Amino acid sequence: MKYIFESLSQVFGNAPTRPDKNKQSDELKNIYQGKKGNLSKAEIEAVHLEHHSQFFRKWQRRRWITLILVNVLFLVSYKFDVQLLEGAMTASRFVGFHMADLNSALQVVLAYKHIVLNLVIGTTTVFIMWLLLGGRTFCSWACPYHLLSEWAEILHLWLVKKKIIKNHTFHRKTRSIFYVIFALLALLSGYTIFETISPTGIVSRAIIYGPGVALLWIGALLLFEVFYSRRAWCRYVCPIGVTYAAVGTISPVRVTYNAEACHHEGDCRKVCLVPHVLDMTIRGRAHTVNQDITSDCTRCGMCVDVCPTDSLNFKIKGLDKFL
Amino acid sequence: MSDSKNSDTKNSKLAKTKPVLSTAKRQKQRREFIRSSLLTVGVVSLSLAGLLPVVRGHSARLRPPGALKKLLDEQKFFAACIKCGQCVQVCPVNAIKLAELDEGVGIGVPYIDAREQACDFSCDGLQCVLACPTGALTHDLDYPADTRMGFARLDNPKTCLAAKGQGFKGQVRGPDFKGLLRYDEVDRWAPIPVADHPYDLELCDLCVRQCPIEIRITQCAAEEKERAAAEKAGQITGKIARVAERHGNECPPKHAIELRPIKSDDGVKRMLPVVLDGCVGCGVCEMICPVEESPSIVIDIDKITDWS
Repeated sequence: MKYIFESLSQVFGNAPTRPDKNKQSDELKNIYQGKKGNLSKAEIEAVHLEHHSQFFRKWQRRRWITLILVNVLFLVSYKFDVQLLEGAMTASRFVGFHMADLNSALQVVLAYKHIVLNLVIGTTTVFIMWLLLGGRTFCSWACPYHLLSEWAEILHLWLVKKKIIKNHTFHRKTRSIFYVIFALLALLSGYTIFETISPTGIVSRAIIYGPGVALLWIGALLLFEVFYSRRAWCRYVCPIGVTYAAVGTISPVRVTYNAEACHHEGDCRKVCLVPHVLDMTIRGRAHTVNQDITSDCTRCGMCVDVCPTDSLNFKIKGLDKFL
Repeated sequence: MSDSKNSDTKNSKLAKTKPVLSTAKRQKQRREFIRSSLLTVGVVSLSLAGLLPVVRGHSARLRPPGALKKLLDEQKFFAACIKCGQCVQVCPVNAIKLAELDEGVGIGVPYIDAREQACDFSCDGLQCVLACPTGALTHDLDYPADTRMGFARLDNPKTCLAAKGQGFKGQVRGPDFKGLLRYDEVDRWAPIPVADHPYDLELCDLCVRQCPIEIRITQCAAEEKERAAAEKAGQITGKIARVAERHGNECPPKHAIELRPIKSDDGVKRMLPVVLDGCVGCGVCEMICPVEESPSIVIDIDKITDWS
């Protein structure tokens, strides 16, 4: 329950709850205490370098392959008329079964004000699917714009490092405001306003049905992200992320943090799309020794890859008891 | 961000008190708030700009069978469509295309450019309607003849070959035309390029000859004749209903178009296509009309009566 509330609070845009120092367990306090002066800066640096000298992008590689495969499957299904995954990211049929993106379906229902059975079936299927897979897993493992944005991010970070540009942040509550605005706009105007500018739908259709002028908008968005604000669309605008983050609150697939070996260097927060979910990795900020990352996490695995001490890992809640 | 850092250090040199530090922080927050407000206004206005083509009526187009629309009002259709293109994928003649960003909120919504590729009901079963996951193409219709996408109109009788008493020989729309049509006599299940099917007509009757509704009427008559013959030969008993009953109103549908003779003073035989009640607006006549500059017969999309 606490996980759900904390998750929703962070998705809404609130800062992560700081732990009450009096309520932290002795074990956790001992862990923090024990690290003081235990390892020298040089030693920490050595562990860090050793980890980075190896190929450490296991999850990123798996994720990119999955994301590309999903989107290619859409294309192949259409071009070669194999009926595997027909349609686009907004709605499709997987070997005949209806699937509908939750946010697109919501927009349609709000604008059209009718509910068609096929859409109910499609939404339920997709809801259960992402519930089992982790909610915002959709963002980093399936959304085609995410990958483009990730590449833009690499360029952005390089430019920031070279001090050519500065990153500009927005308030995270902006995304919640967008969510409400787009829902209201669909309801009041009777048009699916968000779909007009949704890069997820636009890029997905461009891949399947061929490119068009809408890609100019995608280009503008990417330029904005490269030169002005890191991952701006996914972080501060996209209501799809909010929808799936809500699904993720009750999903068993999570990234989990263990405070024991953590060096509190913050590498994980530097690579993260949603660094607020990793607040507990700051020294003194963990509530418990083992703590799950909240549902705003896209389960992209970048932090798992980058952590030199293996303090962040994927887990399936409930399954660890069986293993 | 480094701005605020600089001011932080400056301030802390002046006085190491908390309020000064929080002023800098507050300033940073204020800037972030302004940025966030601008972002909200910017993105929302951009998305609202998508309504312009609709308001101006630029988005009216010929839509696939069963599209939820009333005259030129496509609001319901746009609202119900989830922009996935499943209708595009099932169409055997690739008649359906998805609109681009220039149509604003109509982006990703299917349309048909009849002159390039009309819907000829090659699929027989309204596959696009069946594929639609949201009912934007309404499931309330069962047969091609149930639909009303538009209504054909003889736009320019002066250029009509039949009205001029002329025939047609060769490839309609030239050798490079990509459009497909199903020819029953070639293969009922596989549409072929119109360019692969040259004609030799004494008097041009292409719009009537290729009309899917008229073809269906001919098929119904043949089926009926076959059935009557079989019944006569005692192969079937009275238990099997008439074809027309079996298919409801579908077989035979009402006539859609016919050629009517017109008076001519010079003794040349002239005819004029007349559009009838049964026209569904599929656009085959517009596609097949061999008048190059602009077709003599076109589809009006503002005469839709059925779907609301």
